[in-house]
Amino acid sequence: MSTATVETPPQDAVPAASHLITVTFRLRRFNPEVSAEAAWVDYPLEIDPKERVLDALHKIKWEIDGTLTFRRSCAHGICGSDAMRINGRNRLACKTLIKDINPEKPITVEPIKGLAVLKDLVVDMEPFFQAYRDVMPFLITTGNEPTRERLQSPEDRERFDDTTKCILCAACTTSCPVFWNDGQYFGPAAIVNAHRFIFDSRDEGGEQRLEILNEKDGVWRCRTTFNCTDACPRGIEVTKAIQEVKRALITRRF
Amino acid sequence: MSTETSPTSSVEMTSSSAAHSPDNPAPVIQPPRARTGRAPRSTRTNFEMYGWLFMRLSGIVLVVLVLGHLVIQLVLDGGVSRIGFAFVAGRWASPFWQFWDLLMLWLAMLHGANGMRTIINDYSERDNTRFWLKMVLYTATVFTVLLGTLVIFTFDPNIR
Ligand code: HEM
Ligand code: SF4
Ligand code: FES
Repeated sequence: MSTATVETPPQDAVPAASHLITVTFRLRRFNPEVSAEAAWVDYPLEIDPKERVLDALHKIKWEIDGTLTFRRSCAHGICGSDAMRINGRNRLACKTLIKDINPEKPITVEPIKGLAVLKDLVVDMEPFFQAYRDVMPFLITTGNEPTRERLQSPEDRERFDDTTKCILCAACTTSCPVFWNDGQYFGPAAIVNAHRFIFDSRDEGGEQRLEILNEKDGVWRCRTTFNCTDACPRGIEVTKAIQEVKRALITRRF
Repeated sequence: MSTETSPTSSVEMTSSSAAHSPDNPAPVIQPPRARTGRAPRSTRTNFEMYGWLFMRLSGIVLVVLVLGHLVIQLVLDGGVSRIGFAFVAGRWASPFWQFWDLLMLWLAMLHGANGMRTIINDYSERDNTRFWLKMVLYTATVFTVLLGTLVIFTFDPNIR
C-alpha cells in the first residue's frame, strides 16, 4: 500500500521510483488494552532497500498506523533503545539495512524475548537494568581522592577495551536461552559491564563483583551458546568476556 | 500464540476482541520468574564453581571410561553376543575392572545428576516444583550410586 501525499496526486503514476521495492513488514503487535493475544500484522511498503528497518517502522508509524509503539532515540546505533528481534535475530533496527536481510520475503519484527512485553515492540527493561545495577557498574576505590586524574597505561586500558563499548541495548541478554527460561540469571550484559570494571586497573571493587557473579545466578549459569556474541550490535566478544570472568574466579581460588 | 496475518488495509486491532477495553484491560503476560528486586543474599560458597569445574573434569575422564566401556562391551571379539553373567563375573574378578566400573558409576551418576540439576534449575517455574524434582533426582542418584557400589564390592560369582 502506498500513501498518497500532496506532492504525488495520483498514486499509480509515481515516476522514476525504480529504486523502490515492495517489502512486507510482518510486525508482532500487542496491545493489552485491546487483546490479551499478540498478533502478526503485515504491512507492505514501497521502500528503498538501502533504508534501515527503523525507517520502515517510522514510515508505518507516521503514515499508516500511529498506534505502532517502539523505542528509539538516537537512530544511529548509540543509545541502544531499539534492539528488536528482526527475522528471528536480535538486532538494532537503526543499524539493519533492509537489503541485508532478504527483502524478498516478509521481514518479521518482534520484541526482544524474555522480558514482559508492554506494548507492540516495547518491553519492560526494569529486570535487565536491575541486573546491571546489581554488579555495581561504577568505579570503586579506597583512600583519598587523587588531586589529578587516575592514570593508566595503554596496556591496562586495552585489557577491558572491548567491554567499554556496551550500549546496554539488551540484545545479548534477550538472546540467551538461560535468561529466557530463568530471568534470575544476571545475563550477558550485566557480566560484560562487570568485566569492564573487574579488569580495570584503577578499580578496587573487583573482588566484590566477582563474589556477586560467583553466586547461583552468576557466570556459572552460562552454557557457552555464543548467542550473545552473535547478537551484540557493537561486536563485543560477549562470551569471551564471560569466560574471562569465570577464569578470574577459578584462578582466584587455585 | 496466534499467528494470523492480516492485510494492512484492515488494521483494526479493536475489531477482533472487543471484550477488552481500557476499563477492562487484558492481563499483561509476565515472563517466567522475572528477576526479583535485589540479588539474593550472598552465600559466599564456591559450590557453583566447583560444580562447573566438576562437569568439565569428569567429562574428560568419562570420555576414556565410557568409550572404553562401550568398545569392550559392544565391539571387541563378539560384541554384545558374549555378554552374560559369566562375562561380567570374569571381568569383575580383576580389581582393575572393578575400579574402572566403580569410577565410571560415580562420575557418570554425579555428572548426570549435576547436569539434571542444571536443567531443573532452568526449566522449573515454581519453587515447589523445583524442590520436589530435585528431591526425586537426589534420591535416585544416591540409590543408584550406593546400590551399584554395593554390587561391585559384594559381587559373588558363585551365586546360584
Ligand atoms: C562422554 C563424555 C562426556 C563429556 C565429555 C561430557 C561433558 C559435559 C559437559 C562439559 C557438560 C556441561 C555443559 C555446560 O555446562 O555447558 C555436560 C553436561 C551434561 N552432561 Fe555430560 N559429558 C559426558 C558424558 C555424560 C554422561 C555419561 C551423562 C549421563 C549420565 C551426561 C549427562 C549430562 C547432562 C544431563 C548434562 C547437562 C546438560 C545441560 O547442561 O544442558 N554426560 N557434559
Ligand atoms: S554487550 Fe552488546 S548486545 Fe549486550 S547490551 Fe551491550 S551492546 Fe547490547
Ligand atoms: S535508536 Fe539509538 S541505538 Fe538504535
